[in-house]
Amino acid sequence: MNIFEFTILIWLGSLGAGLLGALTGLGGGVVIVPFLTLGLGVDIRYAIGASLVSVIATSSGAAAAYVKEGFTNIRMGMFLEMATTMGALVGAALAARVSTAAIAVIFGCVLIYSSYLSSRPQKESRKQKEFPDPLATRLKMDSTYPTREGPAPYHVHAIPLGFSLLFGAGTLSGLLGIGSGAVKVLAMDQAMRIPFKVSTTTSNFMIGVTAAASSGVYLNRGYIDPGLAMPVMLGVLLGSLIGARFLFGARTRVLRIVFGIVILALGVEMIYNGVTGRL
Amino acid sequence: MSFLKGDWTEEGLDEKLGILLRTGVLISAVVVLGGGILYLIHAGSGLPHYRVFRGEPADLRSVPGILKDACSLRPAGLIQLGLLLLIATPVTRVAFSVLAFALKRDQTYVVVTLIVFALLVYSLVGGGL
Repeated sequence: MNIFEFTILIWLGSLGAGLLGALTGLGGGVVIVPFLTLGLGVDIRYAIGASLVSVIATSSGAAAAYVKEGFTNIRMGMFLEMATTMGALVGAALAARVSTAAIAVIFGCVLIYSSYLSSRPQKESRKQKEFPDPLATRLKMDSTYPTREGPAPYHVHAIPLGFSLLFGAGTLSGLLGIGSGAVKVLAMDQAMRIPFKVSTTTSNFMIGVTAAASSGVYLNRGYIDPGLAMPVMLGVLLGSLIGARFLFGARTRVLRIVFGIVILALGVEMIYNGVTGRL
Repeated sequence: MSFLKGDWTEEGLDEKLGILLRTGVLISAVVVLGGGILYLIHAGSGLPHYRVFRGEPADLRSVPGILKDACSLRPAGLIQLGLLLLIATPVTRVAFSVLAFALKRDQTYVVVTLIVFALLVYSLVGGGL
């Protein structure tokens, strides 16, 4: 296989990953790294570098649309970006010190966890009869989000806990080259108790900045290869744009289950290959 | 420039942020695609080498090196320039937010966004932990 064929193959695979990532809401990053490493034998450091830049492309594109719809809580997002960018720098620093086998095992665990999350039903709207949190009030984070009955107010809670969890999400993102949107959403949805749609859109808003923070470190360390990152970025971007078009009205339940099983299998394979020292 | 004029209310600001993000991604995708086509014409018949990790050469690792390579239209340099523009997109968005919060005289968030901006610049100029 020469470089031309190799590039086209990666482009097609990334297109599929971006499409599935957008349709299932899990993002393309989680499958790009296994696709490149397990499928094509690419060194995991190159794979992570290429995946990171594709994460910036998809999240920036999608964030633009969400901000316009008015779901994104920009103040909360900016505040929590302090945590995710610091985490991303820590993760990128760890990536240079931890063995590739260990990275593969951690990646596998995250894949299995994402698969578990995707198998759970997405729930909408909780009761908003809660008292405001003093810290959230002082930081002017409480906001409203659009519903069919007009703007609905909500309160933000547990900012210190959310901040620490997002630091962890940033670290995973910097270490593994993924958006770690699943962890971000979980932290905001469960710990900070904000509406689900606000969690997902604000998470997306933060993913680009988080990935940009670790990309700088990866670039300077020579992990971002132009020949590899080019088809990955262009493929994932186009795939996610097509995916976002079809998202409305598409029956994504079956797709989520199938994708969840695929991710589970990839996770097991990543761990197996990491433990046996093949990655 | 009409982009900087006019509506600095919350909604107007969101609109500008959206335009900024979309434009950044679009420009970088075009540059990456252009560099990619040149790269395939030049190196398409060679063999891929990603099984063994060697790291990129020094000129493709730093901002000045990438700019120099891109100016002499080297394919790899052009792709890296596109990727650099992509990384710069969220960074510009944060810089824009600093300005927006400053115009709203929201000092807390000027400090918050400045911290995020500083961390991003620190990472881009080659600072690691």
